[in-house]
Amino acid sequence: MIKIIAGRLLQLIPVLWIILTLTFFMIKVVPGGPFSAERQATPEVIAQLNAYYGLDKPVWRQYLGYLSKVVRFDFGPSYTYQSESVNEIIGRAFPISLQIGTLAFCIALVIGVTAGVIAAVNKNKLLDYLPMSISMLGICLPTFVLGPILALVFGLVLKLAPVSGWYGLNYVPLHPAVMPAITLGFFYAAYIARLTRGGMLDILNQDFIRTARAKGVPEHEIIFRHALRGGLLPVVAFLGPCFAGLISGSFVVEKVFNVPGLGQEFIKSVFNRDYPLILGTVVFFGALIVIFNLVSDVVQLLLDPRSRK
Amino acid sequence: MAVAPFAAPVPVQAESLERGSSLWRDGWLRLQQNRIALFGLWTFMLIGIMCLGGPFFTGYSYESTEISLRASAPLERIVLKTEFRKVGEPRESYLALSSLEDEFLGQSPAERRAIIERVENGNEFREGNAAYRLSNQRHVFGTDPLGRDLLTRVLIGGRISLAVGFAATLVSIVIGVVWGAVAGFAGGKVDTVMMRFADILYALPFTVIVILLMVIFGRNFVLLFVAIGAVEWLNMSRIVRGQIIALKNQEFIEAAISLGLPTHRIIFRHLIPNVMGSIIIYTTLTVPNVMLLEAVLSFLGLGVQPPLSSWGVLIDEGSRTMETSLWLLFFPAVFFTLTLFSLNFLGDGLRDALDPKSSKD
Amino acid sequence: MNSEGAPQTGKIISSLRSRQEQRRLGQAVKTVIGLITVLFAGFLVWKFVRGAAADRSSYSLTLREANRNKILLMTVGSEPRTLDPQEAQGVTEHHIIMAMIEGLVAPSINDQATAVPGMADRWEHNDDYSVWTFHIGEDRKWSNGDPVTAEDFVFSYKRMLTASFGAQYAENLYILKGAEEYYKGKTRNFDDVGVKAIDEHNLRIELVGPTPYLLSLVQHDSWLPVNAKAILKFGNIDTRDTKWTHPGNYVANGPFIMKTWRPNDVIEVIRNPLYWDAANVKLNGINFYSIENANTAGRAFQAGQLHKTDQVSLDKVPYYRRVHPELIRIDPSEGVYFYRINISRKGLDNPKVRLALNLAIDRDGIVKNILREDQKPATGFTPPGMGDYTPLKKITYDPERARQLLAEAGYPKGKGFPKFTLHFNTSESHRAIAEAIQQMWKEELGIDVTLENQEWKVYLDTQNSMNYDISRSGWIGDFIDPVTFLSMWTTGNGNNNTHWANSKYDALIEQAARTGDPKARLDILHQAEELFLSEVPVVLIYWYTNTYLLRPAVQNWYPLVLGNHNYKYINLKDELERAK
Repeated sequence: MIKIIAGRLLQLIPVLWIILTLTFFMIKVVPGGPFSAERQATPEVIAQLNAYYGLDKPVWRQYLGYLSKVVRFDFGPSYTYQSESVNEIIGRAFPISLQIGTLAFCIALVIGVTAGVIAAVNKNKLLDYLPMSISMLGICLPTFVLGPILALVFGLVLKLAPVSGWYGLNYVPLHPAVMPAITLGFFYAAYIARLTRGGMLDILNQDFIRTARAKGVPEHEIIFRHALRGGLLPVVAFLGPCFAGLISGSFVVEKVFNVPGLGQEFIKSVFNRDYPLILGTVVFFGALIVIFNLVSDVVQLLLDPRSRK
Repeated sequence: MAVAPFAAPVPVQAESLERGSSLWRDGWLRLQQNRIALFGLWTFMLIGIMCLGGPFFTGYSYESTEISLRASAPLERIVLKTEFRKVGEPRESYLALSSLEDEFLGQSPAERRAIIERVENGNEFREGNAAYRLSNQRHVFGTDPLGRDLLTRVLIGGRISLAVGFAATLVSIVIGVVWGAVAGFAGGKVDTVMMRFADILYALPFTVIVILLMVIFGRNFVLLFVAIGAVEWLNMSRIVRGQIIALKNQEFIEAAISLGLPTHRIIFRHLIPNVMGSIIIYTTLTVPNVMLLEAVLSFLGLGVQPPLSSWGVLIDEGSRTMETSLWLLFFPAVFFTLTLFSLNFLGDGLRDALDPKSSKD
Repeated sequence: MNSEGAPQTGKIISSLRSRQEQRRLGQAVKTVIGLITVLFAGFLVWKFVRGAAADRSSYSLTLREANRNKILLMTVGSEPRTLDPQEAQGVTEHHIIMAMIEGLVAPSINDQATAVPGMADRWEHNDDYSVWTFHIGEDRKWSNGDPVTAEDFVFSYKRMLTASFGAQYAENLYILKGAEEYYKGKTRNFDDVGVKAIDEHNLRIELVGPTPYLLSLVQHDSWLPVNAKAILKFGNIDTRDTKWTHPGNYVANGPFIMKTWRPNDVIEVIRNPLYWDAANVKLNGINFYSIENANTAGRAFQAGQLHKTDQVSLDKVPYYRRVHPELIRIDPSEGVYFYRINISRKGLDNPKVRLALNLAIDRDGIVKNILREDQKPATGFTPPGMGDYTPLKKITYDPERARQLLAEAGYPKGKGFPKFTLHFNTSESHRAIAEAIQQMWKEELGIDVTLENQEWKVYLDTQNSMNYDISRSGWIGDFIDPVTFLSMWTTGNGNNNTHWANSKYDALIEQAARTGDPKARLDILHQAEELFLSEVPVVLIYWYTNTYLLRPAVQNWYPLVLGNHNYKYINLKDELERAK
């Protein structure tokens, strides 16, 4: 086990390096530069800025220069937040996305697994269709629709949560992370519910369950002790990408609730061609995703001895 | 009781012959018994047909604007305004009855009400060189802010959404299942390399990839679903790989291997059908994901070009005007939701029908 | 076979082991799920309790408290990229910087065309407006205690014109004598540039030509002073992007100083006690919130988090005008919305065609039905409000004449007219207008145009590299004078981008720059615009308005065409206000 984990962590380095290199060359090919604006600056100014940020050197030299800084964990200055470095930006924005992501993850996991188990156990009855239909709603309602609806109801009407911002909003009871987390979490809860139900049904159809029932094992023992472990397998496989997706894909909720998280920063940096910030966030997210996939695989191994060699 | 050794075989009734049955045939028979799944199937086909042929029958165009009409409510009465000009044809434009008042803001509220009542009762009202009369236009779903019939827009949008949804999902299934199965079955180094490759692709910024592709190949509609499909397969491969790994150590696979079956046969004939249930479930989760992804792309300016639209774009536009024109959100959302519900019920039904073990129930 | 039996036994044993493991692992899973549930519940409770029992620190305000404490809560749009006046580019940055840094003169309370004393308490100019002298008031101070001197302005302009600094609007200062040569390195000595500190309190500005509108010009960011000590603490005169703009380091001479800066959330400024006119400053502070999404900003306003927004989403405008007219403001603004035409493309190279395209558009319809903010259909390029300059009325809605012109150009009823594409950047309103115009051209002229929306940077690239047929554009004036709208159309100007070049036009603009008599000068500019509109390398659509939500508690917020308000005049009425 330790060997597997260590091996995968070591693999992180070449993986991140590939991500970095691919992204670097991709964004150089995309048209539009960081300094174009509706009111064009004179060519001298643009040349000056390109020289200052090293963008006038040949691409290979830029790449190597950037690599040498990254190795020292220095991701460079940002072109849009002109007095902050990329490290500082990630440092202030990520904790916010993390809070929302973690809360959403918990919501998604708890609601999703519970709903999925209930549905699987009561297959084809009301307790199956009801949670599954509500979860369907969660998938069909995009976050950019659910978000404003929740903001309307809980923010404007009930005055329980803030509709915008992150700091200094102490006059409403709910923390600004709650509504974005619910919006995001609802979506993933639906996914997890369906996966749980599917996995549980697969297991519940198997012979060893039948045997257990025939032996008179009580139903709740069958569900929790025997079926759940195997039934959760597809969910566990999904958890890695789920958590990573929650953190990096929170862009829409961050925009709707105007929360200064890293998802928004990333999308804005792409549209502003802020190369260092794009690269910094991509590498950062890449590392997160790889680590979470590792965690998910390890948990999978733990839960299913069949998949061990 | 001697049996004639070479007696002619007794002719057997055709019905009592057991027809050779395959997994798929059994599945289809079972599916027909699942009423909810059938409901899903028929609803989905109905929506599909409406989207394909409907726009021809509504009588309205999805693209020609009528900006004076603005966003009129469903079934609201429409007023025809004819302006007589000194030179040339009189100019015709349409107004919603509720915005008729705005034409006469110079007059007192009482006068305005009188005018509106007159027109409402079917009479013509003339003022200056303009004549106002009720028209026969009816918009079942109302109109969008540019005066285009929403029903037609929703049906056209459906074509795009469904096309993108299925094409992209197909791409992602093909790539994802094969990738995940090969990786899961082969194990070892091959598995590691394949999954690391998937990790890398997953961590790449999706927006940048799409912008890049859009730029190199132009704003190609086909490209849109190739791009989306190429990103969606990653999750599918993960799920499939997980299931394959769990299955490959089971006895029936060992048997197949020891029988000397070629690898591709094992993978395609024995492993994948057993994973079918998860694939189908995940497919029915992928289609909505793809459709939503397309909506986000359009929202970022990278999707379908106006005047074409998709359900995602219509829902996005509708959610912005939620408080003033709820129908702009309601109807596309209903179609979208209904389609996804149907696909899901169908998917569940297929899953139940195709699972060889559930026949024992 | 026996060999089969052995694996069989092995399997039983291993399955036995695994059953134990199964039990343990099953318990593990249950525990994990239980833990997560407890964690989640605790998380929510903690947040809830924390929220309810929180302290009411100075930046947690309801409207009522804000009114009582005289803190103005407003949005400015997106997050500012910098608050360094010499690096700033946009309107957002300007509106925040203005609260903290005051230039030679400042906007008056209700007329954007007049100026009131800023750092300068009196000024004079020669007959033809080419040499100005400003007297810096003796009581003007920086927030670090330093007195404001003429040398501060010299330093600031030098910084702006130092090429290695890379100020993006350096060319705004080319109007100073010798500035362009200094910037391009032709002269090395900054003394050759037309700005001198005659003594501590007298600043002499020499311009390349008559500049009657200088008072409006020097209010722009590029002319604002910075404190040399504060800058040099973090680098040299040409060091970019330092932390001098952060709270605690920022040195201001205006009514407010920076208290906090939370990126993408809020910038708080509070009263500057060392401001020379602090006694007349009514507000105690301003919170600038950065909210990009118009709907979110609207909700924040309704929830009582804001006094003022900077925009209103299109579909809410009729609602506010009808139901809450006291909350919505629609002010005329210094901007024009137009389409650039690439006149090198076949078909678009004929001025008759371009005029036809203009005449076929029902601007009233667009303004009334799509925009609904009382924008004015553009009849010329320069909008009204530019001082004494009367806008031209050349472009109207005349589809008959448009068809005639098109036929004269050789494309009767649009037959044979090449297809072209209309580019615009992604936005709901750009798309709506473009679709309406696409329709109008089709119906009135029989011309087919495809629409293409592009992401912002790609769109800018397309426009700047002139890789387009017709491209949506906007232009906002920097100061109160028509030349801010007309100088961009000279041959080869970086903001022309249409291939239009007319030497007569260039000559007229140059002549205006040499004319000392303000009235004569405006006449010449008039002629230039007439010429421009007769060849019309653009499609004119409308003149901007500034639409926003504003609570009645805010006092003295007059409609100003540049939207540049002198914050020292703004006040808040202390009254009970219900949110919404």
